[in-house]
Amino acid sequence: MNQVGVETKTEMVTVYIMGQAYKVPAGLTILKAMEYAGFRLTRGVGCRGGFCGACATVYRLPGDYRLYADLACQTPVRDGMYLALLPSTPAERKPYDLRKVKPGGETLLSLYPELARCVACNTCTKACPQKLEVMDAVQAALRGDVAQVAELTFDCLSCGLCTLRCPAEIPHYHVWQLSRRLYGAYLAPKAEHLRRRLQEMREGKFQAELDRLMSLSKEELRELYKAREIEPE
Amino acid sequence: MSVYPEYMQESIRRVEETRPARLGTNYPRLPLSEQEELLRRYHPDYKPEGKRPLRVGSSYGEQVPHEVADLLEAYPLVDPDRIDLSQVDYDVDVLVIGGGGAGTVAALWACYSGIPADRILIVTKLRHGDSNSIMAQGGIQAATKPHDSPATHFLDVMGGGHFTNDPKLVRALVEDAPFIIQWHEELGVMYDKEPDGTMITIHGGGTSKKRMHSCKDYTGLEIMRVLRDEARNLGIPVLEFHPAVELLTDEFGQVAGAVVWSLETEEYKVVRAKATVLATGGWGRLHIQGFPTTNHYGATADGLVLAYRVGAKLRDLDAVQYHPTGAAFPEQIVGLLITEKVRGLGAQPVNALGELFVHPLEPRDVESAAYIRECLPPEKGGRGRGVVTPTGMVGVWLDTPMVDILHGKGTFQRALSSIYRMYIRFGIDPTQEPILVYPTLHYQNGGVVIDEQGWTGIPGLFAAGEVEGGVHGKNRLMGNSLLDYNVFGRRAGMAAAAWARRARLGSLTLRHVERFVEELRRAGIPETRRAPLLLPDYRGQKTLARVIDLL
Repeated sequence: MNQVGVETKTEMVTVYIMGQAYKVPAGLTILKAMEYAGFRLTRGVGCRGGFCGACATVYRLPGDYRLYADLACQTPVRDGMYLALLPSTPAERKPYDLRKVKPGGETLLSLYPELARCVACNTCTKACPQKLEVMDAVQAALRGDVAQVAELTFDCLSCGLCTLRCPAEIPHYHVWQLSRRLYGAYLAPKAEHLRRRLQEMREGKFQAELDRLMSLSKEELRELYKAREIEPE
Repeated sequence: MSVYPEYMQESIRRVEETRPARLGTNYPRLPLSEQEELLRRYHPDYKPEGKRPLRVGSSYGEQVPHEVADLLEAYPLVDPDRIDLSQVDYDVDVLVIGGGGAGTVAALWACYSGIPADRILIVTKLRHGDSNSIMAQGGIQAATKPHDSPATHFLDVMGGGHFTNDPKLVRALVEDAPFIIQWHEELGVMYDKEPDGTMITIHGGGTSKKRMHSCKDYTGLEIMRVLRDEARNLGIPVLEFHPAVELLTDEFGQVAGAVVWSLETEEYKVVRAKATVLATGGWGRLHIQGFPTTNHYGATADGLVLAYRVGAKLRDLDAVQYHPTGAAFPEQIVGLLITEKVRGLGAQPVNALGELFVHPLEPRDVESAAYIRECLPPEKGGRGRGVVTPTGMVGVWLDTPMVDILHGKGTFQRALSSIYRMYIRFGIDPTQEPILVYPTLHYQNGGVVIDEQGWTGIPGLFAAGEVEGGVHGKNRLMGNSLLDYNVFGRRAGMAAAAWARRARLGSLTLRHVERFVEELRRAGIPETRRAPLLLPDYRGQKTLARVIDLL
């Protein structure tokens, strides 16, 4: 890309990074385009793979009044794009003690009463780079359906874009985190096999076998390894 | 309409033609002798020109990749004389360096062990949770099912690591595993379950029993965010955007905290701590042998550098894990992880001719070597049956439509939603068309030597997670890194808490750094390189050629 011979062949586009025009190769993601242009990022960059939500970005396209929201590491640049990478989302998180709260709507509403300010405008859903049904999750929270909230928001990356766009000023991702933990800890069925296994561990059921494996030579271990029975797929 | 160019679509048609015959059959698993032959001839670790012996330090003479040696044999970022140690900015019992999975678990268990939250401090380079831990997709291993046992898990881990692991660490790993899963369940981690609560478990590469527990394909994200949420509830302080640039020692040679540096205000701060847990993660962003990586932005091996300067020993750093399935097309996502769970759910690797050429779930290093053999041109000893992309990448097909064919429509989108989403963004529907993959730099198999309690052998210094070595020997199996950071994060946190209760600190020094610099000079190493790296630099060459520092 940086050798002259190659660059002349690369199609270049103009992007406006925080207002300033830069020419960058077409096809780069917003993140890589900013780096190509010379930015060395500390804020607005994390996993670079669409998992951490650090690179929330808002942008507009020429001739289009809408404000779009997406992740810089997953979105290719387009010619004429005006963009701003957001350094963080200010949103207050309410501490709680998981052992002392009830897994229902009253917990969500007592910690985040602003949920009730939802005007069902659906702006949050439109802002979500994961294409989650964010407004449906707000409505489920208002109904006290914690399981539904947990299910709808499982793929949330806490990028904060819905929270920044929300006219009701709801800190969505904190509510979602609370809901998922309430669901996982209280509402999801418990794994009984896990409790039995821990009981067996406490009774020392596997000690002797592990002691024996620890005493074997590498060659003996290799033989046992080769003879392992593989559970069918 | 396909985004694959016509010649790639032609290859896809061959994949489709062979698919009916491949369904329900599989390539046989290779005997150990053939696995070893494949590794020797095709795995990048076996290229002698990729490594060199260390010329200084406590692991003198050990072979490590050039990219790692360049950092271990580098001068400090800051001249020790310029740091005023008489003014301590943070004075704590337990300092945790690194805010990913291992660091967060260590801080939680230091707190559970009786250290008050405000006597603990997590310092981290980016945000709390920004880490490889959050990116793990596939799952976490634990022998929780009746037909499985910790002993079987032990054998799988040892075999996966080619019996180079430290057996004591492996035993700790497999014995704590069921407890960890239960702890997570109590904290509210949403593991995939049957309606009766039974956890859904599948195979991973190199497992003999189905013991991979998952949270869709966001397993790492789900566990990390719950742990972080718990740390926030407990009120454990976190200093974000503050990487450690040097450990501190005291006059008795104990590790006594760290010098951290703000990426934003560019000032340093002195943290005095009775016990220090190193949880800085791995090395993916060093791009060893030019490979792309699955790792997060901060994975620059800082912890190895810091630990080496205080005299910690390193092990198995000659072993680099290349994940077999990194994205190879389109260009925008090259190197990103395609979880092993895709193969766990039945997708097969096939070459340009549509031929299955290896079992989908060999141990990772073997699987990667098989893909490289398939793609290398015959003049370089390979088979030349890879697909070359328009930008010159090469890869093999991962036949993703098989997942829904085998398990029912909708399975892929439900169980692999992050992968599905990633490809849909770029116009590829992985339930309709296969995806192109090639090995990508994924994991630091080795690291700082520790004992079962996470102690490094240096008084006051503990390590947990990817930065430490020995658990996986020379090759980690899928699902054992999430387990590793939980097991050893917990053990290191508890051990650090116990140490902090007894420790008496003397006056702070950076004498160990001065000694290390003297050693570098004696070895004739030129003063051109500085470490730790902190962040990779991806700025365009055109810009870099004209950068000058004026402000």
